[in-house]
Amino acid sequence: MKKYDVIVIGGGSAGLSAAIEAKKCNADVLLIEREARLGGVLKQCIHDGFGLVRFGKKLSGPEYAQKFIREFHELGIDYMTTTFVTEIKKDKGEYELTYVNEEGLDYCKTKSVVLATGCRERTAKQVLIHGTRPAGVFSAGTAQHYVNLLGQMPTKKCVILGSGDIGLIMARRLTLEGAEVVGVYEAKPTPSGLERNIVQCLDDFDIPLMLSHTVTRVFGHDRLTAVEISQVDENMRPVAGTEEIIQCDALILSVGLIPENEVAKELGVTIDGRTRGPVCDENMMTDVEGIFSCGNAYHVFDLVDYVSKNGETAGRGAAKFSQGKLSSKAVGGAKGGATGKAADVAEKNANGEAKASAAGAAEKTASSVGSVGTGGFDKNVRNMTCIVCPNSCKLRIEKKDGELIVTGHRCVRGEAFAISEMTHPMRTLCSSVASVFEEAPVVPVRTSDEISKDKMLECMEEINKVVLADRLGEGDVVIGNVLGLGVDVIVTSDILRGES
Amino acid sequence: MKLEKKLNNTLRDARQKYGESVNVHVEDRSIIVEGVLDTWQDAVDLCSMFAEVSTSAGKGNCASDADTNQGTGSSAQAEGRRHNRVRGCGPIARHAGGYHVVNNTTVKGLEKEEIRLPKVRDNSLEGEHPDVLIIGGGISGASIARELMKWKLDVLLVDKEADVALHASGRNDGEVHPGVDLGKGTLKQEYVVKANRMFDQVCSELSVPFKRVGQFVGFFDKKLYLPIKMFAFQRKHLCGVDDTVVLSKAKMKEMEPSLSDDFQFALYNPYAGSVSPYELTIAYAENACTNGARVSLETAVLDMDVSNGKINSVKTNRGTIYPKLVINAAGVFSEDIAAMAKDRFFSIHPRRGTNSILDKNKGKSFGTIASWKTLGGAHAHTKGGGIVHTVSDNLLIGPDAIETHEKENFETRQESIDNIFEKQKKTWKDLSENDIITYFTGVRAATFEEDYVIEAGRKTHNLIHCAGIQSPGLTTAPVVAIDVAKLAVDTLAAHGEQIHTNANFDSVRKGIPKVSKLTKEERAALIKENPDYGKIVCRCEEISKGEILDALRSPLGVCSVDGVKKRVRPGMGRCQGGFCMPLVSKIISEELEIPLEEVYKNNSDSVITYGKIK
Repeated sequence: MKKYDVIVIGGGSAGLSAAIEAKKCNADVLLIEREARLGGVLKQCIHDGFGLVRFGKKLSGPEYAQKFIREFHELGIDYMTTTFVTEIKKDKGEYELTYVNEEGLDYCKTKSVVLATGCRERTAKQVLIHGTRPAGVFSAGTAQHYVNLLGQMPTKKCVILGSGDIGLIMARRLTLEGAEVVGVYEAKPTPSGLERNIVQCLDDFDIPLMLSHTVTRVFGHDRLTAVEISQVDENMRPVAGTEEIIQCDALILSVGLIPENEVAKELGVTIDGRTRGPVCDENMMTDVEGIFSCGNAYHVFDLVDYVSKNGETAGRGAAKFSQGKLSSKAVGGAKGGATGKAADVAEKNANGEAKASAAGAAEKTASSVGSVGTGGFDKNVRNMTCIVCPNSCKLRIEKKDGELIVTGHRCVRGEAFAISEMTHPMRTLCSSVASVFEEAPVVPVRTSDEISKDKMLECMEEINKVVLADRLGEGDVVIGNVLGLGVDVIVTSDILRGES
Repeated sequence: MKLEKKLNNTLRDARQKYGESVNVHVEDRSIIVEGVLDTWQDAVDLCSMFAEVSTSAGKGNCASDADTNQGTGSSAQAEGRRHNRVRGCGPIARHAGGYHVVNNTTVKGLEKEEIRLPKVRDNSLEGEHPDVLIIGGGISGASIARELMKWKLDVLLVDKEADVALHASGRNDGEVHPGVDLGKGTLKQEYVVKANRMFDQVCSELSVPFKRVGQFVGFFDKKLYLPIKMFAFQRKHLCGVDDTVVLSKAKMKEMEPSLSDDFQFALYNPYAGSVSPYELTIAYAENACTNGARVSLETAVLDMDVSNGKINSVKTNRGTIYPKLVINAAGVFSEDIAAMAKDRFFSIHPRRGTNSILDKNKGKSFGTIASWKTLGGAHAHTKGGGIVHTVSDNLLIGPDAIETHEKENFETRQESIDNIFEKQKKTWKDLSENDIITYFTGVRAATFEEDYVIEAGRKTHNLIHCAGIQSPGLTTAPVVAIDVAKLAVDTLAAHGEQIHTNANFDSVRKGIPKVSKLTKEERAALIKENPDYGKIVCRCEEISKGEILDALRSPLGVCSVDGVKKRVRPGMGRCQGGFCMPLVSKIISEELEIPLEEVYKNNSDSVITYGKIK
């Protein structure tokens, strides 16, 4: 039986970082991924905005993942894909893992385990949507899988419930692909997603955001034909008499994420009732010795950059544990960690930058020019993070009597950035092009630099004409100098190069 | 008291309550109720008043005194004799010919619900001459089809839906009832205990998981201990429910610690079990198919040509069929089928029930079936549901029971779930709506007598009804199917057909392996044989690609996302298909060599995607 110091379960952003960091700490590492390719959900997050904190630039999901995957391979770390861990049991101070893949069922041993199993989406039934059960009810991630990985259109006209970031991202994505998004409905009085996404995904496309509204009923026997929308009161209960029927063919839900901790629960790890992730110490070790947790399995993060950082902490902790360098004092400290304490640990681990999202409603999307507004959403006030330099100043721009008043900047470039964003906004356009290859009917692309917001739809027309017949990879140009704007349309994934 | 007098008494009460439009008359042992009512509930309550008369009027063999009083009944019997009518064996014979309420009332402003018909129109069944045509692919139709294959018969089963078990048989709690709640005198009761004991054999033959998880009914009032002891004695010794025991609180808590501390004692039946109702139905249908039966889905019966007490032909959306014998197993539509066959002597009043499914994590803390009762609440299980540890180790909470005129409205409503949870939190205090992963509604096909109607047609003689099948219809199906098959064979023989037994009948269905349930050695060996069993597609239920391909290649071959889900469970877990639905769609598309947009959720109208984005 093969023995390792550290086994990482999950090959998304948390798992990749954990494995890389553990390897750098001289541990013998194996990473196990249940899907066919590494990268986790980033594979289907073809929009940009990842990596601003870590790399100081806006990357698409596949590009962000690729940076880690490349490093992972350079370090020569062992890994298995399309492999599913069926059991972990403790055996004389070590862990024995049982896994299956097409080779068969096998076992391996390890001194420590990093659980980087990510999260799943809350479903329609979990938010108590009633009515019929037709085709056409998708969680936003499922719709994203159909569009961005399978190149299939899940709707022509839809309603989105929940203003979580994936929902906002999908509102833009579906609109760019020709669907009509009737509106985004949010039961809470404030939006869940990042302000940046509300501006760039909804306002840019005139998609209304209806706060304090929810879907109360679904219609249609076979395919969804309509939904009923109701206003909700301060207790989030539908107000009778406010029902409105909206004809559409799909309901897309972005109503929260739940950390996946089935394996952790089997191992007896204490789960925090609020974050729904394990209670961990500062090394990301759970209260079961040698079992570490990180990423969205630990708690749902707002930014993938912090997920990577959190994964590194876990990977380093696991490596040290396997080398006997973690004092048992730390373990004792985590035991019996109460609900309140987990949140403290969460803050500490992300150096105060990451915060547990209360209702699990925030997703992994990087913030480039915005941050979460906790108060109401005022159209005359915009908060954004300056991306001109790594200082990341928090800017506030107020529109008053036709003038723009910028505060919060530490240099003139920040003010210029804010005014430019308010007067002639520039956007990076992310989409996909068709390909002739079976394994990737669509391949993600983006503009190499920002283009004027007004040019996005025109640019989409050019992108839609392309059918990739060559196995291009990340950074390769698909359309040079698109529309004469001086930017190229480039491939953002290595999927056609056969890398996992 | 004579039937007529009883009816007149009831009619007097009914008119006081529902007005002078109410009327009743007896025709061919049917109590026909008429009147114009304000609500559907009124119509149901009115008919139920008369059903008390029909059940007390006794069953077929003791109904002669009423017959002579009504005149028309005896001529029907005489006609029956002319057609060599077969009464069937055992319970069927004892209950055939009983009185039934027929609901001919109208409800103000209520339009008749249109039956939902399949879109497909072709001639694939035109001119078919099966020996037996079974209408309805629920547990009744599927199990009867399988039992009929023990003879050399050409059997054709049709169902209007895109799969079997899509109505009541796919939307119930899956309990294999012990029968402790049923009093003597009903057809249900005659079958339930014998059928319960057959489940180990049937499920082993058909390769369907089955667990005897036992059933507790808790009582809060100590004073009820003696009456319940007596009740248990009666059930055990007079009704044959021989597993019935009354448990002390201590013993009850020892066996199932999660049960309420407020329960003072409990009625317990260890033989109660859990089975997947749709898996059992599918298994029966598949075993029927491998033994030569044919199943035609998306096939609706539209009309019949009936003359001289005989169905000459049956018109469907796939052509006209000329069966020798028709079996009506059409569930909520069995009254409509009876009417088409000019043999409508009973009525169905649909009754909606909603069930919730909880995460498997919860199943670990509650390993049985349980509910509670107070004095007077005779049917805890049908009225307020219970908690059921399902055969897949989830928990199921429900169902409730709400009268409805809509036969196929499967909408769920929050009130149902609120009411059921409020009630069942008294069974288990840790029950929480937060653990719900899904919920669904089914519609029961109840008669006003609340009993089965299993008998040969009264006016139409190449017809057998298997109607009014509701709880414990899933439990009784194995025995009912055997008896209905016998009745069918006898009826065909009485009409001069030569029927031979089928020596090649194979009672064993080779099921699809559930890889996650295998031992490690078995699992390893299976993957070596076929690597697809090592590729996990559904992470929540741990379902492999191999199992999904097996489902697609199984005898009924229902290649929809729901069809696969019902057979091997991807999408049944806590993510409800969020992760695996696109993956399953892709496997179906590759296996069938069809574009992704032609992979449907259920039928061809339940489109999942509209085609390529570009």
